[in-house]
Amino acid sequence: MEPRVGVFVCHCGTNIAGVVDVARVAEAARTWANVVHAEDYKFMCSDPGQAMVKQAILRHKIDRVVVAACSPRMHEATFRKACAEAGLNPYLFEMANIREHCSWVHEDKQAATLKAIDIVRMAVAKARLLEPLETRSVKVEPKALVVGGGVAGIQAALNLANAGIKVVMVERQQSIGGRMAQLDKTFPTLDCSACILTPKMVQVAQHPNVTLYTCAEVEEVSGYVGNFDVTIRRKATYVDPDVCTACGICLEKCPKKTTSEFEEGLTTRKAVYRLFPQAVPGKPVVDRESCTYFVNGKCKVCERFCEPKAFRWDDTDKVVHERVGAILVATGYDLYDASALGQWGYGRFPDVITGIEFERLNNATGPTGGRILKKDGTEPKSVAILHCVGSRDRNYKEYCSRVCCMYSLKFAHLLREKTAATVWNFYIDMRCFGKGYEEFYNRLLHEGVKFVRGKAAYVTDQPANDDEKGRLVVSAEATTLGEVLRVPVDMVILASAVTPQPDAPAVARRFGMSLSPDGFFMEKHPKLEPFSTATDGVYLAGACQGPKDIPDAVAHGAAAASTAMALISRGEVEVEAATAQVTEGACSGCKVCQDICPYAAIGFDGPKKVATINPSLCKGCGTCVATCPSSAIVGRHFTDQQVLAQISALFAG
Amino acid sequence: MSTYAVPMLEVPDLIKESGGDTLDLCYQCGTCSGTCPWNVVRDFRVRNIITRAQVGLEGYEGEDLWLCATCNACVDRCPRGVEIVDLVRTIRMIIGESGSLPKTLRAVMGSVQSNGNPWSGDPAARTAWLKDAPVPRFDGSQDAAYFTCCSQAYDARNARVGRATLAVLKAAGVDLGLLEGEKCCGDAVRKAGGESLFQGLAATNVGVMNGLGVKKVVVPSPHCLSTFSKEYPALGGRWDVQHVVQVLADRVKAGKLAMTKQVAGTAIYHDPCYLGRHTGVYDAPREVLGAVPGLKLLEFARNREDAVCCGGGGGRLWMETPVEERFAVGRLREAVARGADTVVTACPYCISMFEDAKTALGMDSMRIADVTEIVADAVEG
Ligand SMILES: Cc1cc2nc3c(=O)[nH]c(=O)nc-3n(C[C@H](O)[C@H](O)[C@H](O)COP(=O)(O)OP(=O)(O)OC[C@H]3O[C@@H](n4cnc5c(N)ncnc54)[C@H](O)[C@@H]3O)c2cc1C
Ligand code: SF4
Ligand code: SF4
Repeated sequence: MEPRVGVFVCHCGTNIAGVVDVARVAEAARTWANVVHAEDYKFMCSDPGQAMVKQAILRHKIDRVVVAACSPRMHEATFRKACAEAGLNPYLFEMANIREHCSWVHEDKQAATLKAIDIVRMAVAKARLLEPLETRSVKVEPKALVVGGGVAGIQAALNLANAGIKVVMVERQQSIGGRMAQLDKTFPTLDCSACILTPKMVQVAQHPNVTLYTCAEVEEVSGYVGNFDVTIRRKATYVDPDVCTACGICLEKCPKKTTSEFEEGLTTRKAVYRLFPQAVPGKPVVDRESCTYFVNGKCKVCERFCEPKAFRWDDTDKVVHERVGAILVATGYDLYDASALGQWGYGRFPDVITGIEFERLNNATGPTGGRILKKDGTEPKSVAILHCVGSRDRNYKEYCSRVCCMYSLKFAHLLREKTAATVWNFYIDMRCFGKGYEEFYNRLLHEGVKFVRGKAAYVTDQPANDDEKGRLVVSAEATTLGEVLRVPVDMVILASAVTPQPDAPAVARRFGMSLSPDGFFMEKHPKLEPFSTATDGVYLAGACQGPKDIPDAVAHGAAAASTAMALISRGEVEVEAATAQVTEGACSGCKVCQDICPYAAIGFDGPKKVATINPSLCKGCGTCVATCPSSAIVGRHFTDQQVLAQISALFAG
Repeated sequence: MSTYAVPMLEVPDLIKESGGDTLDLCYQCGTCSGTCPWNVVRDFRVRNIITRAQVGLEGYEGEDLWLCATCNACVDRCPRGVEIVDLVRTIRMIIGESGSLPKTLRAVMGSVQSNGNPWSGDPAARTAWLKDAPVPRFDGSQDAAYFTCCSQAYDARNARVGRATLAVLKAAGVDLGLLEGEKCCGDAVRKAGGESLFQGLAATNVGVMNGLGVKKVVVPSPHCLSTFSKEYPALGGRWDVQHVVQVLADRVKAGKLAMTKQVAGTAIYHDPCYLGRHTGVYDAPREVLGAVPGLKLLEFARNREDAVCCGGGGGRLWMETPVEERFAVGRLREAVARGADTVVTACPYCISMFEDAKTALGMDSMRIADVTEIVADAVEG
């Protein structure tokens, strides 16, 4: 039976019709073989537009539908559904993109109309050869993996767990909490970071639906949406958490000190340690790299004092396998290595510090007990806070780090509150965009803080006059005045750029994600799906997608959780039907396709000596189709015949 | 009288068309002004010039425009990639064409126009500095051609450096021939806004060198190095260009330069902007000086990428600067404070600026030397 093609040309308001003569496109279509019906309409995607398609299918016995409109990324799903509702297999639908590929990029109406006709003719040529395909569903494992236990991961895990979904949380450090645990007060409300975070940390750890693995990392991921197989490595901690009572005597007795990562190297911790006093979990772990017993073979002082006998010197790494339906990546951010920002003096001058170091200095549990002191133990009389250090700068990071303006204001406030110091802020633009943020800036203007609109060019210890002797001098142009200032201060705080985690590329590969040009994980859509990735079932939460403050990180985490929840509560997912298929008789068993498949979807049938494709893993990318030397693989919905027919139709014009 | 400032949008358009195409990228952070060495000694807001030029407001063409020594410090730091030195030279060109060139520069440009050098030197006497030293002329049979810098040809102090340089290159067994018929490389001319003059000089030099079949050229000045390697290729001059210190560093590494005599003293190396920031050569001079027996070598607090200009680039060499505002004066004081008895550098402009500063400060016992002069002291013969 000859195919009966229906063509529907969309105006998209004036988006298409402003450039392309849509009536002429429909008119041309009516003259082509097999086209039994063609019409144009203002908005094909609207309800009346879809109804038109459905009615035409029934009235004209149409069995192939071509909609000439926007990108299939926008509306392929819409029209597939409309076809299905009219009883047509959704794969008998083809979309012709005459907006992005035509009207939006051309000005010459005549030529654009001819091009649109070409595009639609090609789509019709392919449509004639379309074959019905069966969509399949697979079950979704009702469990989610959250990678990273910062505030975003914590929020996501809690939302999921509270909805009754089992959650596995993997955190690579000894404790969850992330960067927020290092902060003292939080802008703009100045509530104590620990006070609002610790309860959430405890809730996660004690939640009956959450399995928490700390000192752990995800090593391998296989499978697909709804059915991921995850391999987790739990590092040996040499303390049995089931026996340990978290009394903390070992922390006191251990004679070995090493630099504390949590305190940003401002002080030391012991070789047996917890990240910070309120760490969750609270049971200490042994750091093998610094422990005297592991380095020299002798010590075990800790063990002598441990009453419940919790030390296990023969502990080994453990590998855990989990099957989960959804993965939420919440691995957070890092900070620019300030010593690579030479002109601002970090590393050369002891009293040039970073923002996160200031957080620790200001924290009651930090190295100075919360007193803001210079390295010589005295209070600074004057402090400069330098914004945009390494951000908004093509020599370092081009993007805005988004949190620095606000935490710089917060620091200024804390300095004014705790010390008698004069506080200077050097900034390019003050970006206070969030709720209550501009108000916070305004509040600071009442606190006597000095604001200079100009980026600090450098910090030097070379005095130009007696006043500058023995001090740190900040040079910056006060651009509103057009005067270059030299300001002698005692302490400089660098708002150093927020950066992607150093292992972001490796993590992206492991979870099938990609990176944006800024190095953070790439979202599926920057506006409409900032919490999804290009891989179905893998979601993003928090600052790993781009710099975020706490409110945004929390909202992002919750959004990712609800998207994962939707998947899990649906219970099953449709998997792509337009997959590759091996024609067994033609396959020579060379296995070339196995190596090139980016999704590891190709296996091998030993006895038959032919390649096999797992349709659940195959994304229909077509790489193997093009590679197979025997042309033994068919890319369904993109067969050679269909593609060749399109090409011939183009030249037949 | 109206007090409103009225933008003249033809100005930014003209600047962008004439070589200042990065004008619009500036977002007024002031890093350039804050970085610029002028502000240690006097006011100079290069950002102000840029902002005014962006909207075509009067003031961008003022006296300050001629202060910039084109040292590139600000360009390296600009977060937006504004080619500030290109902007400065383009604006200077536009202003210069309208006839408002500072007087001293007018004389220099005039000399370049008529003599092919900025020193009012007789073109026929361009090789007089050799003082009959037997140097072969480049005829295509030698490995490399030696391009004489105008300063070496006509400035007595730099002529001495030039003779030491040729002697040292000879001792290192470098097979060279001296070019003849060349004119000024045109770097300072271009940076001072003399664009058409520069184009003429470049055409002559490209003609002479391509005519002689030059493949490799050795230059004594970082300014020649920068123009030849970065600006001449687009004008047809594509040669392998090396500064003298690069040639010497290669010879030292290959064990082909015997320095046997002890050189007493404590030297401090000053990075010329055009050797450092403009062309990225930091290690070669240090390697050569490091191989000089007995020499103690110091560094300025601000060195390499961060070094402070001598003040002689971009035409400043020929313009008056009050003693207390001269960058070289500050550098010299720092050299003394650090315990150096010699300031070594590798650029004829730096040599002139430091010699002038030395005279102005009456620091008779301080030695100003080119790298090649130090090497000459260490070479037997
Ligand atoms: C100096 C400074 C001050 C700030 N002050 C404020 C403020 O006052 N108010 C405010 O709203 N915001 C503030 N912020 C921002 C705040 O820190 C972030 O919004 C917040 O930490 C983002 O949370 P997150 O969970 O996305 O990432 P993170 O806090 O970075 O958490 C990520 C977690 O993932 C773990 N992880 C990373 N990689 C892996 C892996 N491969 N496997 C397992 N686990 C992994 C990490 O160990 C960490 O625990 C400040 C930031 C800085 C730098
Ligand atoms: S450093 Fe660059 S962006 Fe900043 S004011 Fe100067 S030219 Fe403009
Ligand atoms: S090039 Fe040097 S002298 Fe000129 S404006 Fe920039 S920093 Fe100042």
